[in-house]
Amino acid sequence: MRQVAQITPAYTGDVSGVCSALYELGGMIVIHDAAGCGATYSAFDEPRWYSHDGLVFVSGLTENQAILGDDQQLINDTIESAQALQPKFIALVGSPIPMITAVDFPAIARELETATGIPTMGFEATGMHSYIAGAARAFAGLAEKMVREPDTKTPALRLNILGVTPLDFGINGSAQGLRQVFEAQGIPVQAVWAMGASLADIEASANASVNLVVSAAGLKAARVLQQRFDMPYVVGVPYGPQHTAKLIAALQQTLGDRQNRVVGKVQRDPKTVIIGESVTALSLVQALNLPATVLCPVTSDAEILSQGVIKTNSEADLLPYLKAATTIIADPLYQPICPKAARLVPLPHVAFSGNTYQTTMPALITGFEQFQKQFGF
Amino acid sequence: MKRTPNNFIALKNIAGSYVGTTLPISKATFPVPFYEGLTYSPPARGGWNIVHIGLTLPQAHLIFVCPEGCLRGVVLSAAELGVPERFSTIAVGEDNILSGDIEDQIITGVSHIIDKLPKRPPAVLVYTSCIHQFLGIDIDMVYDALRADNPDIDFTDCYMFPIMRKSGPNPVEMMRRQLYSLLTPIPKNSRAVNIIGSDLPLPKSSDLYQLLAANNFELHEIGSCQDYQAYKQMAASSFNITILPSAIKAGELLAEKLQQTHIYLPMSFNYAEIDASFQRLSQLLGITYQRNDELIAKAERALAQTKALVGNMPIAIDYTAGPRPLSLTRMLLEHGFNVTDIYVDSFQVEEEADLAIIQKIAPNLKLHPTIDVGMRAISRQRPTETLAIGQKAAYFSGATHFVNIIEGGGLFGVDAVYQMAKLIAAAYQTPQDTEALIQVKALNWGCECNL
Repeated sequence: MRQVAQITPAYTGDVSGVCSALYELGGMIVIHDAAGCGATYSAFDEPRWYSHDGLVFVSGLTENQAILGDDQQLINDTIESAQALQPKFIALVGSPIPMITAVDFPAIARELETATGIPTMGFEATGMHSYIAGAARAFAGLAEKMVREPDTKTPALRLNILGVTPLDFGINGSAQGLRQVFEAQGIPVQAVWAMGASLADIEASANASVNLVVSAAGLKAARVLQQRFDMPYVVGVPYGPQHTAKLIAALQQTLGDRQNRVVGKVQRDPKTVIIGESVTALSLVQALNLPATVLCPVTSDAEILSQGVIKTNSEADLLPYLKAATTIIADPLYQPICPKAARLVPLPHVAFSGNTYQTTMPALITGFEQFQKQFGF
Repeated sequence: MKRTPNNFIALKNIAGSYVGTTLPISKATFPVPFYEGLTYSPPARGGWNIVHIGLTLPQAHLIFVCPEGCLRGVVLSAAELGVPERFSTIAVGEDNILSGDIEDQIITGVSHIIDKLPKRPPAVLVYTSCIHQFLGIDIDMVYDALRADNPDIDFTDCYMFPIMRKSGPNPVEMMRRQLYSLLTPIPKNSRAVNIIGSDLPLPKSSDLYQLLAANNFELHEIGSCQDYQAYKQMAASSFNITILPSAIKAGELLAEKLQQTHIYLPMSFNYAEIDASFQRLSQLLGITYQRNDELIAKAERALAQTKALVGNMPIAIDYTAGPRPLSLTRMLLEHGFNVTDIYVDSFQVEEEADLAIIQKIAPNLKLHPTIDVGMRAISRQRPTETLAIGQKAAYFSGATHFVNIIEGGGLFGVDAVYQMAKLIAAAYQTPQDTEALIQVKALNWGCECNL
């Protein structure tokens, strides 16, 4: 039955997706919710919560405030906290009840910006979509509001890497690895959106010439940047030397002809199934040179799905594909619904299993060959 | 200030004033010393949530019906504990809200889940969320339909609605209450007592346990029930004891529904208060009680030994360690310990006398909130090493020597004083990996319970 999960967890929601995208940039993020969304984010969706003091707070919405449409407490408390903490920006994030009561976050954001002089964005997250939708909105918000006109425009290849959060890339060095892979090839990276980059790096993103989208969360921002600064984009993740070479060739080609590209197309094989975020899963089967069925249970985009990725909406949607598979590459928490005879190649995904397997999540950017060798691909 | 059924909501809505993140206790107002604005959630995860509490019901299956973002936290709580097979979910989407089929979604979804389970559970806990409350769904119709379709299964309504926390029971209070809602009237045993609403079973070393055993009372707790039938037998007890304030609503429910006499015995580290609690209990049970001076002497010896060990080392305490941080602070101060900091956002009403005493004997002791946004930015380094009691105190004070305890750790009576002295000594002697320990969800979950 659709929307029912007998035994598997839910993916991270859009509220946490917004927070994860903006976490390292020095802003103050306020989730307009009673408590639960903030608790879920800090406990399960943010592996940096202990080590990095990001400013993510909850408004403490009450029943009376929701019924009476009282936004003033949110506004007053946010102004007071912003004045005390002096964040670089403010982000308001919605949740299920504000969605029901139709809280106008963009309007409140304008009011806060006027009152504090601090750039403020409002994100109408609902808690009913996946983290990709939330992170995509947050990155697009940065692209619309924070990125300034280029200081210098170079004709050479210079990248922004869009769509990087620990939810897809963990905290195992993959984010740093993304930058290193290209810099080692002499391709400078302006900003990694948004791990290991400062807000100043992001603001100067228009100095890059091409955007590389490494998860579906980066696609919306890539389109905004293309519209604002005529920057084309390429979609793919640099897993392994061969696929990375293809990706670099595509980036060079795109620099020349200004055409957007998604690198790779699925060669369908029902015996091997991979479950995951659409761009990372698509790139992984390309890098492994593996015919497979690629299943994406979270938000994606027609541009990526058209490459042969299959969007699924529930545990029940996955079952027929799993039944036919002999090898399944997926988070270990999918094990209970995998056929006993099938081989499960564990690929922990923070957006699915949280911190349960975080320490064993392979760093595929820097350790692709090791993964390949370990599992005999 | 007294706790009564009538001031339940009023107590939740007392507002504090903005005083920053450090306040000398002499200037603290009771019961809410700090302003609650935007809130911060420190990374101390030992507390139990509604999933852990629900899972203590033996053999029950839990089904959460919520938006995807809300499901995430609860379902991973179960996954982390390694019991995903006891847990299922139904995601509420925008299409359900727009089409108004939420009742049907619950009825159909729950039935589908039950049909797919390898074995029919004796009980199913169905959790609905804030969104169901706001949309005004016909919850009675939903449960009537589920019960009619599945007469062999006990259903109860559980709730995940933190938005109601100021206008009704908060989620933990509600969960502790609903956990016992499946008890139904059976013949009473006048020599049987339940302790309800505590996360951990009462230690056998406790003077409360000893008092009940010495007077031939059976003691029942959900954490020691082997199966669902053993849980159902808790309805035969004539008395219910609650120790945690968040369990009081459960006691009130059973008093009304099963005519079980409810007595709330607040946890305390004060011998006179403990004595008064035992006197009240003994009167209720019709037994004789005499203060155990030998036990008190044992506790005093343990405190003296611990004091000799830790000397003047600063001690920080937080409210997650137990419901009576001020009672604990007062006891330690009166025994010469150097308690320097307390992390608490508001006080339980039982703490009023303790606050007054501490304000006199240690007026400069520092109070800090835990949820104030300013706490995200404070330094967690101290010039001298601190011994912490509670996970949040350990986090905020940067302590590696800490007593890793939540909700009082199941302790009660004079034994609690003795055990706490021992725990402090152990914390002093052995530094711990605070970062690793406090990020483990639900401290002690499953340690002695039949889960």
